[in-house]
Formats: sequence, structure tokens, C-alpha cells
Amino acid sequence: MLDVIEFSHTYGTGTKAHLAIDEVSFRVDAGEIVCVVGPSGCGKTTLLKSVAGLHRIDSGELRLRGKQIRGVPGDLAVVFQDYSRSLFPWLNVASNVEFPLRGTSLSRAQRRERAAEALAWVGLADVARKHPWQLSGGMQQRVAIARALAYRPALMLMDEPFASVDAQTRAELEDLVLRVRTEQDMTILLVTHDIDESVYLGDRVLVLSESPTTVVDTLKVDLPRERDQILTRASTEFVRLRSEVARQLRH
Amino acid sequence: MFANSKLTAFVQRWLVFAIFVLVWQWAATATNNVVFPTPLAIIGRVQQLWLNGPPSRLFLGSGINTDVLPSVGRLAGGWAIASVIGIVLGIALGLVPVLADYASAVLAFMRAVPPVMLVPVFLVLFHIGTPMQLATIVFGSIWPVLLNSVDGARSVDPIKVDTARAYRIGRVRWIVSVVLPAASPKIFAGLRINLAFALILMVVSELVGSADGVGYQITNAEGTFDYRTMWAGIALVSVLGFVLNRLLVAVENRALAWHHSTRLLEG
Repeated sequence: MLDVIEFSHTYGTGTKAHLAIDEVSFRVDAGEIVCVVGPSGCGKTTLLKSVAGLHRIDSGELRLRGKQIRGVPGDLAVVFQDYSRSLFPWLNVASNVEFPLRGTSLSRAQRRERAAEALAWVGLADVARKHPWQLSGGMQQRVAIARALAYRPALMLMDEPFASVDAQTRAELEDLVLRVRTEQDMTILLVTHDIDESVYLGDRVLVLSESPTTVVDTLKVDLPRERDQILTRASTEFVRLRSEVARQLRH
Repeated sequence: MFANSKLTAFVQRWLVFAIFVLVWQWAATATNNVVFPTPLAIIGRVQQLWLNGPPSRLFLGSGINTDVLPSVGRLAGGWAIASVIGIVLGIALGLVPVLADYASAVLAFMRAVPPVMLVPVFLVLFHIGTPMQLATIVFGSIWPVLLNSVDGARSVDPIKVDTARAYRIGRVRWIVSVVLPAASPKIFAGLRINLAFALILMVVSELVGSADGVGYQITNAEGTFDYRTMWAGIALVSVLGFVLNRLLVAVENRALAWHHSTRLLEG
């Protein structure tokens, strides 16, 4: 699905140039959840934005479904960390979810239907007419996820999506992400600073180093597909994996 | 104190004004100067000039046609033109920083010229009549809404910019459906200011450049020592300004309901 080949990113030019990301390579296969963990400031967001086509790619190759990424690809959706600033407060929830579809060839009825479908799927059918600022943080992020789902992307990018919600809501939203992968047959690249979350959600965990960032390690998460917040997190394999990730991060 | 909060709000808003009018009435009666008629006398003249019509027409008499309607028409027209040009130009300048860089010196210069000073210039250019007044109103009142539109367009949240780009929202839809709503709080603030400017400029331009309207009435009355009519005209302008402002505020409250609610939550 996604191929990142020797991707580098430099900030600034000339003498002030700073190599932020140093030849990072990895792959995301269809139907996988790949979690990217790294210390603060290591360029995880820059990496994600480059995959999303929001940054120009100077060095290296990024391919989505075999095609090189130049500009923003059409089969990709992004969920940002700051949901309250990403959603449009002048539109109600349903209009927000429907908004990205306005440029496509769908009719108004089709757009409305897709938006309603997505909202129902994330469990927010009854707040369709409300405005985002009338909802709690967790619900707003679910609206953002519904908006991404209605877009029907091949790959979903999530940039520390649950960093701004409380722990209990985070648990609910993590399980929602698992359902997205399974029931919507989605491929997900998720950036997080939460080690436990990366192991809980991921099929593979990509550990990044400090700047200049390289891939320290890629861990395969050998936990069963069906995950449970309490049982899975208590299992020996989970504890072993998260310790391993923590150790790699400390490098 | 009052069980009904609407009553409290009403009293809060009008109590000071009522006291002001009473003091004025007392002071005008005491000084007994023909140049300063009492509020009662002014109201009487207002009724004579404009409110002498049948109840079916809300008591509005024919005086309205020669005095009030032309003025309101010029004011509304000038304000509307200034607003549209200001918003369109402002958003264009706000979205294309290069343009703003080139234009800023010229704009700063033009903005610094007091529009009232340009009235003689426009008189020469356009002669007496509506075009001269419209030019004065537009040129003088465009600046608040223009500058606020530039500011509003420039300060769209970068996360919204990223979101729109990530979902491949086209340039036109971006401007109309994201930039415009995002900038609308600042734009409306500019519109309220430029309404105030437009009112002043309407009256001023009518003082010298017109043969009808409120401003003409005022200056004509002053010239013929008809002070009651002059003051009636002034009172009319005040009422006009007040009513139009409240209308704009009502529109703004509808259009910016989402903004006020978000602010309430944040505060």
C-alpha cells in the first residue's frame, strides 16, 4: 500500500540547514495498522505530512499504491491531533463530515447518505445537527474520524489523534480505530507518543530515533487480532513488547 | 431586583438616555435660547416634518420622500459598495501576501487622507449629486472593512489550511466556504465601523453636494435660522444611525451565532 524509500527531510537552507529526517524507509501493507513512535521533535509529524502530500518531498521516494506521491493523493485521509481546530465551527456535524465530498462527482443526496452512514458507524447519528463545539472532545475526534471514513480513502493517516483526550475516552477511540481497520477494511498509519497505544493498536511498531531521525527498529506485534483493553494489556507478550519499545526509544 | 430579566435589560439600556433627555429638557428650558430648542420642541418639529402621515403608513408623511429616502438610499448604496469592494479586495490581499506587499504603501497613504478633506475634490470631479456622495462614502468608509478583511483572510487557522489541503478542497471552495466564514467575525467588526463612517460621510457630503436629503435639510435650515428643523435633522440622523446599527448587529448575531457560542465555551 505505502512505500517509503530513503526519505529525508531538511529544514532551512545553506548554513542553517538542519537534517531532520535521515533516510527513513518502511512499508505499510494493505489492511495493516502501523504505529510510529518516537521522541518529541523527531519529525513524526513531518513524516506524516510528507506522506499526506502537505510537504514537498525533496529527497527519497514515497509511493502510494505504486504511484509516486506528488501533491496530495486522492485516496488518503488525515485525522489531525487538534480536532477542535480541524473541524469547521460554522458547519454542523453532518455538514462537516460531508464537506470533503463536495468536490467529488457525488450528488447531494449521495453525499448526505455517505455522511449519515459514517456518522452512524462511529455512533454519532443523533448529533448530526449539532455543531462541533457543542460536543465533547472525544465526540469531536469521532466526527473527524467519520469525516475521514466518508471520504473512503485507501490509507488513513492519524497524527497523535488521541493526545488531546482523556484516558478513558482514549481507550474508546483506540477500540474504534481497531474496528475501522477490521470492519472498514482500512489501512492505517498512526503516529503516537504513547508506547502502550502503539503496541495495543499496531500490527507493527516503527520506532524512530531523535533528530536526525532514523528508523531504530520495526517490531512485529504478535498479539491476536482481537484486542481487549484489559486482557491484552495484561498479557505477558504485551508487556514484553512495550518494554522492548521503551528500551529502543531510550537509545 | 426585577423578576423579568428582559425588563432589567431594557431599563439598563434606556435609563441613562432617559435621564439625559430630562436634563436636556430642563437645561434648554432654563437657558431659553432659540439656537437650543427643547427636546419636546424638536420632537414636535420632527412630527411636523416627517410624521404627519396617516396611520396606515406608520404616520410617515410625504416629507420622508424628499428628505429621508434619498439619504438612506445613498447611505445604503455607498455602504454596500464599500463593503463588497472592501471584502473582495481585502480577501485577495490577505490570501496573496505578495500583492499586499506591493499595495501596502499606497493603501497606507490613501487611508491617511481624511475623507472629509476630499469632499471638495469629489465636488469638482462629480459635481453636485448622488455620484459625488457615493464616491465620498465609498472612499471614506472602505478602509475598516478592507483592513479587517485582509487580517481575517491572513489569520485563518493553519490547521484548517492543512485540513482543506489534505482533503483536496479546490481554490474557489476554499475561499468561499472556509476563508470567508473563518474571517467573518473580523469582517463584521469592520462592517460595523464602516457603517458609522458611511453615516458621517453621507451627512457631510450632503451638506455641500446635494439638493435633497437630511444633510441638505440640516444645512438649509441652519442657513435660514430654522434651528428647530436643524435639530430635527440632527435627531433624525442619530435615529437612523442607531436603527441601522441595530439591524447590522441583528444580522451579525444570526450569522456569527457559531462564533459567539464557541467564545462562550472557551471563556
